[in-house]
Amino acid sequence: MERARESMAEESPFAAELARRGVSRREFLHFCGVVATVLALPRSAIAKIAAAIESGEKPTLVWLEFQDCAGNTESFLRAGRPTAADIVLDLLSVDYHETIMAAAGHRAEQALARVVEEKRGAYLAIVEGSIPTGAGGAYCTIGGRSALEIAREVCGGAAATIAIGTCASFGGIPAAAPNPTGALSVADAVPGLRTLIHLPACPANGENLAALVVHYLTYGRWPALDSLRRPLFAYGKSIHDGCERRGHYDAGQYVEQWGDPAHRKGYCLYKMGCKGPVTYQNCPAIGWNQGTNWPIGCGHPCVGCAEPNFWDRMTPFYAHLAGIPGFGVHSNLDRIGLGATAGVAAAFAAQGLLKIAQRRAVHGARRHEEPAGPPAGGEGGES
Amino acid sequence: MTHVVVDPVTRIEGHLRIEAEVEEGAVRDAWSSSTMFRGIEIILRGRDPRDAWVFTQRICGVCTTVHAIASIRAVENAIGATPPTNARLLRNLIMASQMVHDHVVHFYHLHALDWVDLVNALSADPEATSKLAQSISTWPKSSASYFSETKKRLEQFVQRGQLGPFANAYWGHPAYRLPPEANLLAVSHYLEALDWQRDFARIHAVLGGKNPHLQSFLVGGMATPVDLDSQAAINAGSIAQMRQLVAGARDFVTRVYLPDLLAIASFYPEWTGYGKGVGSYLVYGEYPDADGANAPLFLPSGVIRDGNLGAVLDFDPSRVSEYVTHSWYEYAGGDGVGLHPFEGETKPNYTGPQPPYERLHTDGKYSWLKSPRYDGRPMEVGPLSRMLVAYARGHARVRELVDATLAKLGVGPAALFSTLGRVAARGIETQVLVEKLDDWLDQLADNMGRGELAIHDNSKWDPSTWPADATGAGFHEAPRGALGHWVHIRDGAIANYQCVVPSTWNAGPRDAGGQRGPYEEALLGTPVADPEQPLEILRTVHSFDPCMACGVHVVDGRRRELARVRAA
Repeated sequence: MERARESMAEESPFAAELARRGVSRREFLHFCGVVATVLALPRSAIAKIAAAIESGEKPTLVWLEFQDCAGNTESFLRAGRPTAADIVLDLLSVDYHETIMAAAGHRAEQALARVVEEKRGAYLAIVEGSIPTGAGGAYCTIGGRSALEIAREVCGGAAATIAIGTCASFGGIPAAAPNPTGALSVADAVPGLRTLIHLPACPANGENLAALVVHYLTYGRWPALDSLRRPLFAYGKSIHDGCERRGHYDAGQYVEQWGDPAHRKGYCLYKMGCKGPVTYQNCPAIGWNQGTNWPIGCGHPCVGCAEPNFWDRMTPFYAHLAGIPGFGVHSNLDRIGLGATAGVAAAFAAQGLLKIAQRRAVHGARRHEEPAGPPAGGEGGES
Repeated sequence: MTHVVVDPVTRIEGHLRIEAEVEEGAVRDAWSSSTMFRGIEIILRGRDPRDAWVFTQRICGVCTTVHAIASIRAVENAIGATPPTNARLLRNLIMASQMVHDHVVHFYHLHALDWVDLVNALSADPEATSKLAQSISTWPKSSASYFSETKKRLEQFVQRGQLGPFANAYWGHPAYRLPPEANLLAVSHYLEALDWQRDFARIHAVLGGKNPHLQSFLVGGMATPVDLDSQAAINAGSIAQMRQLVAGARDFVTRVYLPDLLAIASFYPEWTGYGKGVGSYLVYGEYPDADGANAPLFLPSGVIRDGNLGAVLDFDPSRVSEYVTHSWYEYAGGDGVGLHPFEGETKPNYTGPQPPYERLHTDGKYSWLKSPRYDGRPMEVGPLSRMLVAYARGHARVRELVDATLAKLGVGPAALFSTLGRVAARGIETQVLVEKLDDWLDQLADNMGRGELAIHDNSKWDPSTWPADATGAGFHEAPRGALGHWVHIRDGAIANYQCVVPSTWNAGPRDAGGQRGPYEEALLGTPVADPEQPLEILRTVHSFDPCMACGVHVVDGRRRELARVRAA
């Protein structure tokens, strides 16, 4: 057994690399198992994932930052499963990423141009941040070129584009009313991309990006997406449905005031403004920072950061909605829970429209571009 | 005369462009430009002030706590809310751990490659590297076999031919002066710091649910309950977990970061003579040691003019003003005046070249940053400013560490006013704060033990308790320096919101009088051996730790009627 492992290590450069990193074969397979779990795959997939990772070829990735805060970059650097996330980083050749790359100026631009020229149709592009269209593109330039020009060229030549974070996916905070810079999502700024995947949230959870990449490497195709182009493995369930406090919601046990006994006991934050019922993401399932915690776990409501237009539709963040059917009733829990969620979604959608209408009145003609304010589940309203 | 353009400046947060005139191997003039704008302050208008921190937090995902803190303080100042003791301690823990995390990441992942030649590390002898490591620190990962493994891994990485983020850089540049062993040591710690930062960020998950973009702030306090008898609150287990993370951080800072900093600095003594900058320093101060306004601060506030440590002046918020003479905005009363943030007025007015462009019009407007001035003077903000003010004000631990550092490097106090001085000050500050974290954990644990459980001032949560018209200012020391938010609230909604941000102070363009900003001034005289490879320009700019998304802000001073926020 021991000998078999050694000979494997000799044959496979990947296994040797694992050994150098102090990662045992068992730990590596455990990582693959964790990935399979995140992706909701059968155990039989673990061997396939391992084989895909070991096959060795490092696909090229370029990571573009436009109207961003680097929060998604930081989130990716926090991606957990400690040594294993490093392995995922090493799976790819990250040839352009302004926040981490050593080269600057012309030499950085050369690195990007080389990928676009030499790897056309074969590289992956990640976009972080929205893309402004106002002032002839002058609201975001890199090397003297507008974000729009760069995005068209780089995403247009990519095998696939991943929009990471809510800004790239849906326009995000720069596109919030009154959208002073005419900021657009990738989908709206560069229409017609062959393969575009959204990983929204503010920021996206780094683990979901890792899982997405491994899925691609394992199966040679991308995972199933919902109508907002979000992978079902990470966005297939509402926060509310997976929430550890769901029992308190169903039982009518709510926090009424910050720091009250109910807050200390971990009761439901619905009345404090929680947007978990209308937000789809796997926070409760995988947590943040190696599963250490998550926002509701630390006592603050969900702000709905993975949803389109959340800066307009989910605000005020601390306002809860009145008139929700089944609110605070203990009996017939399943039916009431379901009805309440549907009611909440409708009410949130209505509130979103109301807030946008209010803000239009406020900002009047100053606006460059105005969010159309689609109902819940709508897409592409950022332009 | 050679015109050098560095765009993008990488290994920073955001979008920064430097243009410089290089003559006879040194920078003769320089222009700093920020090339991205979002308009978050415009977006804030008309919204619920209690939501503002969530918005302003998104100014930056690197210093992911700082704009949230400044925002809740500004709103609290306006409406008269007073966070209870536990909230103050939770905030101190969050702020100081952010500072420690940020500084270490800056040193290894954003700045080190300006001093460390990755490729040269391949020539290192692991035995000699081990001796070097053991001569500067007791850090246990220091054996020859450990460095041999790192070297092998690096060799394989290079041999695979895909250098990824390390491709096309300035390896072999004559300005790299470390011996191969020091390079290998630093590369090993670059990788260790990558793991460490991921682990230490978990303290923010305990205190704020997640990092980046912690989600536990509240106007009036914090949303993190404390209760020894609950599993849904900060309890004895969470305190123990945080103690463990803090102990790990202290170990890493004391035994890896600081020894590395001193070792690397010792090979670059000439960099205590470059990058001085404007020579005046502004600090708002941070870490209240008591509740309420005017509490004593662990790191004091103050103003130093022209390097005069003998006469630290008190900070007076009324002396802050901003110019737009060389910024892509216009003032109604003309672009030659400076306006206080409460009178702030900005209208975007892009007059630069249409992209794609080769050169900015540096005689006119050339940046999305404004030019903040204090008493009409440009000021440097950040770790160097804080350590200088603390030193001059007699902060015992800061004095001890500054004196020890100068002694180890064999230089006098004047060496602090430099590129390397900034690097050293950042390390000293990290040490001071990582030692302090335990005190705040002790105080929090003591409070909880006494049954003090308050985390929030509920008396001002309802907007009906607020004045119809109120203004407030919130000050904070962010990793990159003095940060101020100014808010005007009318009828429960934000009427005006303004941020004057560290990277605006440091990276801003010239003002009406033609005075350069700190980056621009610091670059004067910086040597440039090869204009095609402006490594030295990166050293001085990176020594400030640029954070450009933070720097760009805009306010709209035009008064207009605002919709009343309808809160529950």
